[in-house]
Amino acid sequence: MADLKYKVIVGLEIHVQLCTKSKMFCGCAVEFGAEPNSRVCPVCLGMPGVLPVMNKQAFEYAVMVGLALNCRIPMFTKWDRKSYYYPDLPKNYQISQYDLPLSENGYIEIPLESSQTKRIGIIRAHLEEDAGKNLHATGNFSQVDLNRTGTPLLEIVTEPDMNSGAEVRALAVELQRMVRFLGVSEADMQKGHMRFEPNINLIITRGDGEFRTPITEIKNLNSFRALERSVNYEAQRQLDEFIETGIVMEMGNKTTRGWDDEKEVTVLQREKEEAHDYRYFPDPDLVPVELTQQWLDEIKSRLCELPLKKQMRYVQEYCLSDYDAGVLTADRSTADFFDEAVKAGGEPKRLCNLITQTGLKITKEKNCSINDLSVTPQSLADLAKMVEDSIISAGSAATIFEAMVETGKEPDVLAQELNLIQKSDAGELEKIVDTVLMENPQAVEDVTSGGKKEKKAMGFLLGQVMQKTKGQANPKVVSEILAKKLG
Amino acid sequence: MEELSALELRDQIAAGKISSVEATKAVFERIRKFEPVIGAYISTHEDRALEFAADVDRRIAAGEKMGQLAGVPVAIKDNMCTTFGATTCASKILENFHAPYNATVVEKLLAADAVIIGKANMDEFAMGSSTENSGLKQTVNPWDTTRVPGGSSGGATAAVAGRLCFAALGSDTGGSIRQPASFCGVVGLKPTYGRVSRYGLVAYGSSLDQIGPITRNVADTALLLNVIAGHDPADSTSVDETKAPVSVYLQNLDKPIDGLRIAIVPQFNAGAEEQVQKALNEAISVYKNLGAEIIEIEMPHLDYAIAAYYVIATAEASSNLARYDGVHYGHRTENPRDYVEVYTKSRAEAFGQEVKRRIMLGTYALSSGYYDAYYLKALKVRNLIRGDFTAAFEKCDCVMMPVAPTTAFKIGEKVNDPLQMYLSDIYTISANLAGIPGISIPCGMDDKGLPIGLQIMVPAFVEEKLLRIARMFEAQTDWHMKKPPMNEK
Repeated sequence: MADLKYKVIVGLEIHVQLCTKSKMFCGCAVEFGAEPNSRVCPVCLGMPGVLPVMNKQAFEYAVMVGLALNCRIPMFTKWDRKSYYYPDLPKNYQISQYDLPLSENGYIEIPLESSQTKRIGIIRAHLEEDAGKNLHATGNFSQVDLNRTGTPLLEIVTEPDMNSGAEVRALAVELQRMVRFLGVSEADMQKGHMRFEPNINLIITRGDGEFRTPITEIKNLNSFRALERSVNYEAQRQLDEFIETGIVMEMGNKTTRGWDDEKEVTVLQREKEEAHDYRYFPDPDLVPVELTQQWLDEIKSRLCELPLKKQMRYVQEYCLSDYDAGVLTADRSTADFFDEAVKAGGEPKRLCNLITQTGLKITKEKNCSINDLSVTPQSLADLAKMVEDSIISAGSAATIFEAMVETGKEPDVLAQELNLIQKSDAGELEKIVDTVLMENPQAVEDVTSGGKKEKKAMGFLLGQVMQKTKGQANPKVVSEILAKKLG
Repeated sequence: MEELSALELRDQIAAGKISSVEATKAVFERIRKFEPVIGAYISTHEDRALEFAADVDRRIAAGEKMGQLAGVPVAIKDNMCTTFGATTCASKILENFHAPYNATVVEKLLAADAVIIGKANMDEFAMGSSTENSGLKQTVNPWDTTRVPGGSSGGATAAVAGRLCFAALGSDTGGSIRQPASFCGVVGLKPTYGRVSRYGLVAYGSSLDQIGPITRNVADTALLLNVIAGHDPADSTSVDETKAPVSVYLQNLDKPIDGLRIAIVPQFNAGAEEQVQKALNEAISVYKNLGAEIIEIEMPHLDYAIAAYYVIATAEASSNLARYDGVHYGHRTENPRDYVEVYTKSRAEAFGQEVKRRIMLGTYALSSGYYDAYYLKALKVRNLIRGDFTAAFEKCDCVMMPVAPTTAFKIGEKVNDPLQMYLSDIYTISANLAGIPGISIPCGMDDKGLPIGLQIMVPAFVEEKLLRIARMFEAQTDWHMKKPPMNEK
C-alpha cells in the first residue's frame, strides 16, 4: 500500500436565495422569521386556478450572477416544471429551468493560500422557486410552513474542479462575497440563504492501476465549516472504504449522505441514487424569456468590479497586504468607501489602516455599515492627508476618526478642538527638549557614553518630550533636535 | 321574459321596463321547475343573486353608469373560482373547496354588473365530452332528456338552452364549449388562446384552455366576449392588447363580410354522420347565396389532432392535477399511515375514472424515455396543424366544418368506450391546438329533432370577423330561435 496516491474530486451545487422584495412568481413578501403561513397568497399556495407571473427583478439578479460567473447568457430561456410529491411543495411540481438555463459555461476564480488563484468551471446557473418547510413537531402529525415557498433561488452547478475541502470552502466564501457585492443576495448562512451540496469521489493510483471511488453527494449543508469538514471527512471515508473493500464507481452506485454536525461524520441517506424521474416539461403558464442585446448590455453596465479582482488590484496598485486587501473587499460598502476615499486623494495605505483598524472596529461595535457612520470618504481622505502632512500624528488620527463618527465634524476642526495639531516649531520644541535633558541627566549620560543603553535612553527622552507636549509634538522633529543636541 | 336575449334583457332593465330582481326571480322560478329534470347546476346562489340584483336596480334608479351586463342573470361553469360558494370542478376532491379569490372573468362579470346565479355542472376537471364524467351529478340534454348535453361545459349549455339563465361562461380545451353548444342548440365561442384571462380557471390543459361565452345568439356572445376579453397582468399568457386590440364586437356585428371566402375540408368532413354533413352543406349554401366563395382545401395533419391532443392535454393535466393531494385543501383520506398514503388514498378515493385515466396517460407521456416519442412528437404535430391553418388562411377568411360528428348521443352510450368518446372532439380539437378562435352556431336539426351546429374558425385575434360571419348566417335563418320542449318532472 505504500505506493498508493489519491486525488479528491469535488463538484458543487449551490443554492443562493436572491434578495428580491417579493417572491419568484407572486407578490408575497420574502421575509425570514415571520409567523408561519403569513407570507402566502393563492399563487404560492398552489390554489386551483392560479397562475405564476415572473419576477423581473429576480431574473435580472440571476443574469447578473451569470455574468459575474463569466457565463454565456443565451438570448432565449424558458421555464420547466419539475415534478415530485412532497408536502412542502404545494403544486407538487417546482418551477425551474431544465434544458435551457439562463446561463451556462462559465468559471469563477477562487483565492488559494499564498495569493494564488484557481479557476473553477461553472456548468450552469438557473432560477427556480424554493419550497416551504416541513416542521416535524412531536405527535402524530407534521406541519408545513409555506412562507418560504416561491422564494427566488439561484442554483449554481460547478464542474468537479475542486480537490480539497479547503478549495470547496474557498469557492463558497468567494461566491458569498460575490453575490453580496452584486447586491443580489444577503447570503446569510444562518437564514439558509446559501445551501451547498458537494459531490465527491477519489481518483486512486496504486501499483495495479487507477481507480475511481463511487460518487457520494452530501445534502443540504449550510455552513462553510460543515462544508469543508464534510468534504474532508468524506474523502477519508472513501479512501478507507476503498482500501477495505476495493469498491469502485459504476453505473447506479452513487449514494446520498447527510452531515451530522455533532458527531462530524457523514451518514448514508439513500443507498442507490434511484433513477428519479422528474418528468420535466415546459411550463405552459409562463412565456419563454427572450432577451434583447440592449437589455443585456444595460445589465452588464451595472456590474461592479468583483471582489477578488479588486482585492488583487489593491495588492498590486497600492501595495496593501493580501490580508488587508481581503478585509477591505469583504463587503461592497467598505470597498466602495475605500475606493472613493482614494479617489478623494487619500494615501491608500494610510486609508487602509484607518478603515481596517478604526473604522471597522466602530462598525462592528455599532453593527452597521461604514456608510452609516457620519463620515464621508472625502473627510477620511482629508484626515489621512493630515497625517501624511505631519499636521497630526498617526495616533491622533484614530482619535479624530472616532470623534468624526461621534460629532460629524470635519477632521481639521476636530484636530483644533481636541488640540491634536502637532508641534513642529523647532524653537518651541527646543525649549522643551532642554528642560527634559536637564531633568534627566542619567539618560543623557547613557546616550552620550554610547553602549547598549543608548537606544533605550534616547527613546525614553523622546517619550518625556511627547509627555510634556501631551503627544502634540511631531516626533520626527523632536528626534532631530535630540540627535543634534546629544550628537 | 325568459325568451329575451341577454342584450334585450339588459336594455329593458336599463330602460326600467323590467327590474333585475324580477328577471332573477323569474330565472329561479324556472330553475325550481326544470332543474330537477335538467340538472344543469352544481350550486345556485339565489339569496346572493337577489341581493346583487336589488343593488343593480337601486343603482340604475339612482342614475348611476352601469356595466355592460347590468342586471342580467348569468351562469358560470364550476371550474371558475368564486369567493362565494364552492368551486368544485365537479370533482369529489374539491367538493367542499371554497376559493379565497375570484377568477379574473368573475371579477369582470361583477364589474359589468352581471348577476351570477349559479355554477354549472361539467365533466370532472373538464375532462369529457358528455358531462357524464361529473363526479357530482348528471346533466341531461333539454332537447331529449335521455341524451347527454355534450361536454365538458354541458351544465352551462343545458342551462342556456333550457332558459335557466340568460347566458353563461364555459371553458374549452378541446371543444368543451362548442361541442355541447352544438348538442344543445346554442351559440358557443372559444376565443383565441390568450384573448381571455385564465387566472382563476382551474387548469386542465393549460396551453389549450380558454374561457368563452355560451349564449342564445351571436349578439349575446359578442356582448359577453367584450366583458371578459383583454390582457390580465395575472396571466402571462394573456395577450398584450397593444398587439391585439379588443374591438367593440357588437358595433359592426350586422355588417356582412364582403367577398367572404370560406374553406371547407371535404375529406375530413366525411367522418361525420350524414345528417350532420347535410346540415353543413345547407349552411354553406346559405353563405353561397349571400355571395361567398367556397374553396375546397386539404388539411393533411388534422387526422393526427386527436392523438396529439390526448398527449399534450393529458401531460399538462397530470402536472396540473398533482396539487390535489389531500395535504393543503380538498378531500383527505381518513387515518393515513404516512404522508405517502395521504397522497395515494386521497387521490384514489376522490378522482373519477376518466380523470385517473388521463393522469396516467399524461404521466406516461412525460416519463423519461417516452418524452421524445410522445410529448415532443405531439408538439411537432401541433406545429404542423398550426401550419395547416396558416396555409388555409392565406386562401380564405374562415374554415367551416361540423362541430361534432354526431348529434347528442344517449346517456351511457359511450361511457365504456373512451376512444369513441374522444372522437366526439375530432372537429373541435384542432382550433385548440392551433390557438385560433372557433364558434358553434345552430344550423339545423336531425330527424330526431336534435340540434346540429356549424363550426367556423378564423385566424387568431380576428373574433370580430368571426362573429360577423356567424351573424350573416344567423340573420338568414331561425335555427337559433328553436326552443327545447321543456317538461317538468
